[in-house]
Parts: sequence; structure tokens; C-alpha cells
Amino acid sequence: MDTIDRQIINQLQNAFPICDRPYQVMAESFGISEQELIERIEQMLEQKQLSRFGPMYHAERMGGGLSLCAMRLPDDQFDRVCEQVNSFPEVAHNYARDHKFNMWFVLATETPERIEEVLQEIEAVTGYPVYNMPKKEEFFIGLKFEL
Amino acid sequence: MVLNEIDCRLIAEIQGGLPISNHPYAEVGERIGLSEEEVIERIEQMQESGIIKRMGIIVRHHELGYNANAMVVWDVPDEQIDEIGDKLGSQDCITLCYQRPRRLPDWPYNLFCMIHGKEKERVLEYIDNLVERLDLGHIPHKALFSGRRFKQRGAKYQ
Repeated sequence: MDTIDRQIINQLQNAFPICDRPYQVMAESFGISEQELIERIEQMLEQKQLSRFGPMYHAERMGGGLSLCAMRLPDDQFDRVCEQVNSFPEVAHNYARDHKFNMWFVLATETPERIEEVLQEIEAVTGYPVYNMPKKEEFFIGLKFEL
Repeated sequence: MVLNEIDCRLIAEIQGGLPISNHPYAEVGERIGLSEEEVIERIEQMQESGIIKRMGIIVRHHELGYNANAMVVWDVPDEQIDEIGDKLGSQDCITLCYQRPRRLPDWPYNLFCMIHGKEKERVLEYIDNLVERLDLGHIPHKALFSGRRFKQRGAKYQ
């Protein structure tokens, strides 16, 4: 990864032009050709430094549900419960964290009502309570990594 | 903005990523029966109305060396939440900042922010520095570092 790759990542996390030749427009700002930009992005996708290149949707505004959920699990139950939780297609990501609340996952559902249903299904299958912590207010959403 | 059937097809078509080619929007349009101009117009509308938060690159932070990812949670008195939320949300290094409900008695924290760093030690130093600089010594907080990651994908839309 060189300086231009870093510039591409820093710049393209913020904005991507919506016009007929967006890669051309971006490439000009980096002083490279459209073809070179395309090749660099493809390579970073291939090497899995980028997960994808496209839109980030606002789940609630699309009519869907979104929530952060936590569980407090005994160590010897963690792997079993983890497998059960991850088998729900509504679980978008799931992280272990170093706290007595040791499992944290995000639910993304097609309707807001579905959140509560999935929570109950997870509780029924795993036998442990799920703590639902949906967003109440957003102070910042600039998820961005400077390289 | 109310989404119609075409919008939903467009959303589903580009959720996995935009084509990486000379005319990406024309290519998308071809697949779902829209012209390039129509695709551009609809995407612009979805951005304006906030359905698309942003368009661009989504990085894999682990693969870029950001392995110390802390969810820092704070137990903020309700009447101070806006003030402290705005303060924390405007700091460099803080990538998300949300108010969430407490789950008493087990979970007292109501403000969550994410800090991504390359090393745990540095992230902890940064948090200490933040507490001092923003005068947050009286606000109980905890940093929960992520361990294993089991799933990372965006939400999927049909």
C-alpha cells in the first residue's frame, strides 16, 4: 500500500461522485488515470483491505430495524451460544468483548417489529437473556479511518 | 421519501458494491431497466433524504492494522447527555457516538462511542487524555475491547 492507495482510502471513505464517470473524476484528483484507479481499488478489494465499495444505508429510514444487543455468558457456554446467535440471518456482526457482558451483536431486520421477535427467538434458543440497546440519539457517524 | 419498487431493486442491486468500471451507474441501470440518468437521480435523492448515509469505500479495519477497537461506555447524567455526546462526538479518533438506554441494574451506561486504534496501550492513553481534556473525571466509564470477531457484514436488503 503506497501513498496513493492511502489517499484513495482516506478520500473515498467520505464521498464518491454521483455522475456518469465517477472513477474518472476521482482519478483526476489523485493525478492518476481512471484505469489505474480502477485497478488499485480492485486490488485492495482482492486483498480484503476494503470490504466493499458502495452505499451505506440508513436502516431505520429504509423502514427496517437496527439494534445493538448484548449478552452475559458463562465462558463455557460462549461458543455454543455464539454459534446459535450467528445462525440468525438478522445478526449483522458479532464481537466478543472483555467484560462480563461478553457478547455484542448488531441486529438488522426488515421491519422494526422484527427486532423484538428475533430477540425472543434468540433467548428461547440460547436460554440466556438478551439486553436490547437500540440507539436513542446519534452524536456522530463519521466512521472513518485515516491512514 | 417513499421508496417504490424500482428504488428497492436499485438498493438491492448496489448493496454488495458498485461496479468498478467506466460507467458504473449505467451498468447498474442496465441490469434493472433504468437509464444511467435515472440511476444517478435516484441515488442522489436517496442521499438527500438520508436513506443512503454515504457512498464510498467501506474498509476492513482489522486488515488495515486497526486491531485495538474499544467500545467506550459512559454513565452520563441524563441532563448532560447532549453536551457530553456532542463533545465526545467531535473528537478525532471517535468514530461513532450514540446514546442508548441503560439496562439497570446490570448495565448503567448510556453513552457509547467507538475508538479504533492500532494498539491497546495507545487507545487507553487516548481515553485518559480525553477524560482529562474534556473534564470527564466524574463520569464513570469503561473501555470494552473487542476480542474475536464472528461476523462482519452489512445489513442485507431484499
